[in-house]
Amino acid sequence: MLVSRLAQIASVTAMNLRSLPERTGPSIVAIVGIAGVVAVLTGILSIREGFRAVLDLSGRDDVAIVLRGGSTAEMSSGLTQEETRLIADAPGVVLEDGEPIASAELYVIVDVPLVTTGTPANVPMRGVGPYAPDLRQDFQIVSGRMFNPGTSEAIVGSGASRRFADLQVGETLRSGNVAWDIVGTFEDDGSVAESEVWTDAVVLQGAYNRGTTYQSVRVMLTGAGALGEFVDALTTDPRLNTRVYTERDYYVEQSSTLVTLVDILGQTIAVFMGLAAVFGALNTMYSAVSGRTREIATLLALGFGALPVVASVLVEAMLLGAVGGVLGSLIAYVGFNGMQASTINFASFSQVTFAFLVTPGLVLQGVLYALVLGFIGGLLPSVRAARLPVVVGLRAT
Amino acid sequence: MKYLPLFWSNLKRKPLRILLTWASVVIAFLLFGVLEAVQFALSGGVSLAGQDRLISQHRVSLIQPLPLSYLNQVRGIDGVRYATSHDWFGGVYQDDRNQLVVITVEPESFFDVYPEIPVSEEDRRAWRANRAGAIVGRIVAEQYGWEVGDVVPIQSNIFGRRDGGNAWDVEITTIYDWEDGDNTAVYMHYDYVNEARQFWVDEIGWLVLRLDDPSRGPEIAAQIDAMFANSFAETRTTSEEAFLQGFANQIGNIGAIVTAVASAVFFTMLLVTANAMAQSVRERVGEIAVLRTLGFSNTGVTVLVLLEGLAITVFGAAVGLWLAQGITGVIAAMAAQFLPLMAIPPEAFVVAALLAVSLGVLASALPCARVLRLEITDELRQT
Repeated sequence: MLVSRLAQIASVTAMNLRSLPERTGPSIVAIVGIAGVVAVLTGILSIREGFRAVLDLSGRDDVAIVLRGGSTAEMSSGLTQEETRLIADAPGVVLEDGEPIASAELYVIVDVPLVTTGTPANVPMRGVGPYAPDLRQDFQIVSGRMFNPGTSEAIVGSGASRRFADLQVGETLRSGNVAWDIVGTFEDDGSVAESEVWTDAVVLQGAYNRGTTYQSVRVMLTGAGALGEFVDALTTDPRLNTRVYTERDYYVEQSSTLVTLVDILGQTIAVFMGLAAVFGALNTMYSAVSGRTREIATLLALGFGALPVVASVLVEAMLLGAVGGVLGSLIAYVGFNGMQASTINFASFSQVTFAFLVTPGLVLQGVLYALVLGFIGGLLPSVRAARLPVVVGLRAT
Repeated sequence: MKYLPLFWSNLKRKPLRILLTWASVVIAFLLFGVLEAVQFALSGGVSLAGQDRLISQHRVSLIQPLPLSYLNQVRGIDGVRYATSHDWFGGVYQDDRNQLVVITVEPESFFDVYPEIPVSEEDRRAWRANRAGAIVGRIVAEQYGWEVGDVVPIQSNIFGRRDGGNAWDVEITTIYDWEDGDNTAVYMHYDYVNEARQFWVDEIGWLVLRLDDPSRGPEIAAQIDAMFANSFAETRTTSEEAFLQGFANQIGNIGAIVTAVASAVFFTMLLVTANAMAQSVRERVGEIAVLRTLGFSNTGVTVLVLLEGLAITVFGAAVGLWLAQGITGVIAAMAAQFLPLMAIPPEAFVVAALLAVSLGVLASALPCARVLRLEITDELRQT
């Protein structure tokens, strides 16, 4: 019984699919509609994935960022030299030859024109200490050389170098009374550091009249577990008023605004476009069914059950959905993956460069969504087909 | 009038298909409306920029302060009608995460430069007279439940007070509600903050100037920048529009890509609907042939088909935009903090109307014209 039922489903479905070429027009319309939805959904979410990837890569659990108490970003923080010393000497920090691996840093913004529009953008400029490269896992100079401490030389992250005008080796960057000679570019496996310009903290203090103050201290902890000990030492020291983040928490918090925004936008668009695609698929499948009215009636008259008829229509709809989904993901992948972009991160009031990222997860999500759209689009028409009164159907033209 | 019953029976011919097609049009235009609003929001209110206003900031970056003395110096320049100072306060309320857009301004000149902010003359006077007074946008006031007359401590995440702490008590003198404007800002007195803060005393963030004659903007901007050239705080002066546009550009390709992609899909949706409509005309070859046999003119038949198409697209577009307005309101409330200016711009309605009409005409008239080229006998035979 079951076997014959399955055989029925298989044969009706096969017959149905073989007749697909006769309905090329409407089928293509359904595929295009669904592909469009999936491409856009994937494209928009790839912005979020890309942005998140940068900040994820940037955040480590065994690196802590110390800011002044009450500050949520480096920009609004401030620490004296004395304080930075106390922070670096706190327990839980890795020592190398007796020296703590810590970098007291200064964070300012320089207006540099965007390559795309020529209008100025807030490019972050970071004054760093000698241990800064060690605190970034994959830091490496990719062209030129490291800046010499004590001079007005600077190095540029590869993201910043691509997105902003004149940030190449050999150029000079004017800011205030200093002309910074760019002597190298660096990469850090795509982390947020690649959006920045780096120079010697002490020279930057001079250029910005900051005296001997800094804005943050980054320290290498002996392990993720050492955070508690480190935080306790800082909070119990009456000379300090600080806020400690692990690097990971810091960047998660920094990115939350943009991630929320893109999520709201992406989901709103996905829901409404999905609705429109379902209507399109419904239209296509209804006309497919009505075009085959006599054929379906004949099947029913021959003794085929309702289930094979329903299944055949559903399979066709989901097949169209799957093709649309794969096509849409492909369009999104070719069109968006790896696309370079930058945006202002309101939390730090400065630019972050990143690349769009179409992840396997996104592709899977897109194809599943397309299948769901196809299923919904095929369900009602298939039921109508199965309930068709045989006599009426046979009389149809 | 004789067409009306025919028009009706055509619509009722395949009600489900008509409904689905219409619903697709509704959604396409709904999406159009929402995206126009998002685009408008991402453009950061460039369209609100005063044509006669200039903004003067530190040449290196907006975060670098300018000396307060610049304010009086630019007032002396011929063609500058009013000037006021703005300073970023880094406002926070209660929790570090509740960040506020707090700007401290020179109260005497603020409304000279921004006369369009909807605050009554009486309220303006009250705020000017109250050193601790604050003008608060409706969205912020609603978020924190503030009422006029409340005294609230607003903290700064930049400045500390010389007498300790980092909170300034401000009295809310007015809550403004600026239609199509930014209702997320808080304006405080500059002096009230300046006299108590530990550093950046007598320094300001940027200057806003209002000119007698907007056409002299570039010339006056150059004059200001020349005046402060080679000083320790050089300026960059631009029109308010360029300033806001530059800021919008910083949001960067995200905005551009979102809209580009979505417009592509909008047109895909239109293609899909157009196809469905065209298909329904094609299926009706026989009926059209009968009409022509009965003596209907080609024009008559075309009008009939056209009316049907337009009914679907125009009615669909209207409902879609109406829904879009509602949804925009919801998104605006959710994203008020980052995108304060979310609203469908008026031009979008005009564009939508044109799109709806052309869609209706193209989708119904083209296949109709093709059908009319056939011989009646061929048409009758086709079915």
